[in-house]
Amino acid sequence: MHGMNANASTAAPADMGTLKVSVWRGKAGAPGSFTLYDVPRRESQTVLDVVTTIQRDIDPSLAYRFACRVGVCGSCAMTVNGKARWTCRTHVKSVAADGVLELAPLANLPVIKDLATDMREFFDKWAKARGQFKGTRTRHDDFAVVKPESKQRQAVDAGIECIGCAACYASCDVVTWRREFLGPAALNRAWTLANDVRDVQQKERLLAVSGDAGCHACHTQGSCNERCPKHIEPTAGISGLKRLAARAAVMGELG
Amino acid sequence: MSNDPRIVEAKLWYWQRISAMLLALCVVVHIAVMIYAVRGGLTGSEILARTRGSIAFAGFYGVFVLACVVHVPIGLMRVCEEWLGLNRFLSVTVTKLFGITILFLGLRAVYGVYTG
Repeated sequence: MHGMNANASTAAPADMGTLKVSVWRGKAGAPGSFTLYDVPRRESQTVLDVVTTIQRDIDPSLAYRFACRVGVCGSCAMTVNGKARWTCRTHVKSVAADGVLELAPLANLPVIKDLATDMREFFDKWAKARGQFKGTRTRHDDFAVVKPESKQRQAVDAGIECIGCAACYASCDVVTWRREFLGPAALNRAWTLANDVRDVQQKERLLAVSGDAGCHACHTQGSCNERCPKHIEPTAGISGLKRLAARAAVMGELG
Repeated sequence: MSNDPRIVEAKLWYWQRISAMLLALCVVVHIAVMIYAVRGGLTGSEILARTRGSIAFAGFYGVFVLACVVHVPIGLMRVCEEWLGLNRFLSVTVTKLFGITILFLGLRAVYGVYTG
């Protein structure tokens, strides 16, 4: 509209200063290092916004991964100032009060390039933990009913919210010490299915998650609980799996 | 006992759980009795006067030692594997030797203050 002053949304952003951002740069199989970027500080800026600004305005060769930008897809997790976080829902003001950010790829996963990690090992472990649902009904049958108030359904209320971001996996010391350990996310997935009354591969799953690569390797240190952006407690599910395995071992049903 | 590692792990887990429950109880009783007994100072001869010939004392600390012998080696085995990088055979050997040592030393101590 002519003659109207520019409103607040079109005005140039107020100068909020500059962020000092160290970003891990490097390719698979080659030594990497941190590169320092000056990034304009903005209102309501997320860590993912910072990475996007670097890639679009400063250095287009920067590799990183994201999709939904709203905390649903689990693609954008990185190590932010030493801790694994979902970057799209992490506000700069909550992690960089002094204007300094250090961004690195997730730990415990091989780096493809810069901030992008190879997630295959992470998801292969979901498959190894029998993370697939297997029911008996077909499309010709009626819907199976899972009672919302049942104990089993309530037990997985938090666990089913997992978005597969691997923040827990990257924060787990046991994964670092035992490369074959399935990790918190895969075991959390197994726990949700172990409580699914429709699933028919319970025994196979319990076998898959038992042993020193499975739930028994967990020391309940709780880094996964601490870092999970969805506030899931994978250690609670892992303890549940340990109880199921102990019961099965006593009853002679394991192995 | 089955050699299936999954069954072994499941059993080790519940043995460690059960021994931890016993230890929690034993430690609380041990500390409570110690605080009670030490009021106004305590000498070696006073301790022996209480423990000598006491079946209850010997039984309690006998259980305490056995719970330690079950609990400690299982945890130590994880430390050997994960922090020292030892393989399973070496970890089990080291922790078995450690378990036998604390069994001997613990029961020897209980016997010592029982017969005083």
